[in-house]
Amino acid sequence: MVLAIDDLTVDFTTDRGTLRAVDGVSLAVASGRTLAVVGESGSGKSVTALAAVGLLPGSARIGGRIALDGEPLTPDRQRALRGGAMAMIFQEPMTSLNPAFTAGEQVAEALRIHRGLPPRAAFEAGVAMLDRVRIPDAERRARQYPHQFSGGMRQRVMIAIALACAPRLLLADEPTTALDVTVQAQILALLDTLKRETGTAVVLITHDLGVVADHADDVAVMYAGRVVERAPAARLFAQPEHPYTVGLLGAVPKLAGGAGRLASIAGTVPDMRSPPRGCRFAPRCPFVIARCVAEAPPLMEMAPGHASACWRAPLSQVLEAA
Amino acid sequence: MLRWLARRFAQIIPTLIVLSMLIFGLQQLMPGDPAMILAGEERGDPVVLAQIRAELRLDRSLPEQYLHWIGNVLVGDFGFSWRIREPVANLILQKLPVTFQLSAMAFIIAVLIGVPAGILSATHRDTPTDWVANGIALFGISMPNFWLGIMMILLFSVELGWLPPSGYVPITEDFWQSIATTIMPAFVLGTGVAGVLMRHTRAAMLGALAQDYVRTARAKGVAERVVVWKHALRNALIPVVTLGTIEFGRLLAGAVLTEQIFTIPGFGKLIVDAVFNRDYPVVQGVVLATALIFVGLSLVADLLYMAVNPRMRQA
Repeated sequence: MVLAIDDLTVDFTTDRGTLRAVDGVSLAVASGRTLAVVGESGSGKSVTALAAVGLLPGSARIGGRIALDGEPLTPDRQRALRGGAMAMIFQEPMTSLNPAFTAGEQVAEALRIHRGLPPRAAFEAGVAMLDRVRIPDAERRARQYPHQFSGGMRQRVMIAIALACAPRLLLADEPTTALDVTVQAQILALLDTLKRETGTAVVLITHDLGVVADHADDVAVMYAGRVVERAPAARLFAQPEHPYTVGLLGAVPKLAGGAGRLASIAGTVPDMRSPPRGCRFAPRCPFVIARCVAEAPPLMEMAPGHASACWRAPLSQVLEAA
Repeated sequence: MLRWLARRFAQIIPTLIVLSMLIFGLQQLMPGDPAMILAGEERGDPVVLAQIRAELRLDRSLPEQYLHWIGNVLVGDFGFSWRIREPVANLILQKLPVTFQLSAMAFIIAVLIGVPAGILSATHRDTPTDWVANGIALFGISMPNFWLGIMMILLFSVELGWLPPSGYVPITEDFWQSIATTIMPAFVLGTGVAGVLMRHTRAAMLGALAQDYVRTARAKGVAERVVVWKHALRNALIPVVTLGTIEFGRLLAGAVLTEQIFTIPGFGKLIVDAVFNRDYPVVQGVVLATALIFVGLSLVADLLYMAVNPRMRQA
């Protein structure tokens, strides 16, 4: 496993008490594979990724184990490997690049830090990298500033920065959410190609199940700071085993499907300062039973590689009855 | 770029015309008759007074006086001091370098104190470092120049005897002696500007450090020191550079009190003496020169803004 997260917890101290944003999350990604982490905003998916690279604010208290290629990631190792062996790209390409430096400089900086390249060579390697993320006329574009790039082109620059040092692990936090649909498809296809070429392990954080279906090998569904279901992508879509996943799949609009009402999951995400005692999805769950409110379900193996945290799983009979 | 410059210059001309009218007009409101002051002992003699008035064109109408003055200014003739009997242009050229040296030193002191203090206070937000920096900035901004000046003279000149209490030695004559005579007034002038620069640098740095590109830099593995001093500072300095240029203009114009306290023969002292003596041509010349410097500096500020902000360059 390139990345192995085991029983991760993240606590934030706020003015109104402590908030557990991530509660016992375990994830793993192998080389050349894409793990999609799916969930609503506030489900803890971004916090999990930031904890892995060590970019959480100092106020966060982190528990559990994180390892890269089997070696535990201490804060010092995270600092040393960040941008080199592990890289991260973010949701906002419009604001994620520094407006005061050229695109080429920003790619070259990573190469100077992690490869120790002299400025001249680093810039040339940066241009080559921009060319590799399919930025046309890279030589000229490298000398331009971020405001001279479109959103999609900026995200390509971000990818070039992230992949400049051929990382073992790439964390992509909603990399295409801010982009047009066509640009979205181009960027994700580019990530797939680069992943195949380099064998990088990818964690793709998204709330878009369409993206998951097309680009992920495995999926982890997160809800209120916990992983509620984990499965190979194809299996998750064919046979979801958690009511929340079922709800999410029901909420995916299908272009072919007529003009009905958009499906949604009733209720809202719980307040993380005082989460429900049992299953956190229980207040919104259509299949809730007494045990769900009393006792939190652990992740239970349904089939090889497929686990669900639901007392009522397998859901096939429940769904038929409904 | 050239078109922008041309447009900028076109804006400057009406500004200067209005300014010159204001300068000329306001001065007429000063109490006291210059002819009476110049006549001295003979101020009782109407013939002498009439003669002086005719000589200085004080018997003409105000528009006539204004046009005569501004016409000469346009060809570089700022007039003749009534009191010191020297061309105003010469006086300005004598005194300006003195004030410029003082202001430049004050500005360097202000930047060396204000910018690092602002950065430290932003990176150590809500810690004792931040509180101390803010306290010093507030002290610098609110402390009257004349009080600080007098206190420094008492300490460094009277008590310790390290520095001369007053006077000025040109930098071309004796470099170290020149620094010794100007370091105290420069510090007095610089403290206020340091406070302003510190507050603005702090605010701009806090803004920059919260930006997504700072997170990107950290994700790239950039050391925290470089994140602050390169990635954030480069952006935070954009507004501070503009502000700094204007503050430099204020230093050039605002040294009046400080130059009086340290008896430095600069711009400030020139204009105060001229006002007391109703030496209109000098007052007009000095104020107009100051206005010109300000207009010039605001142009410099715009050019610097373009230089440090890539987004402005091809506009």
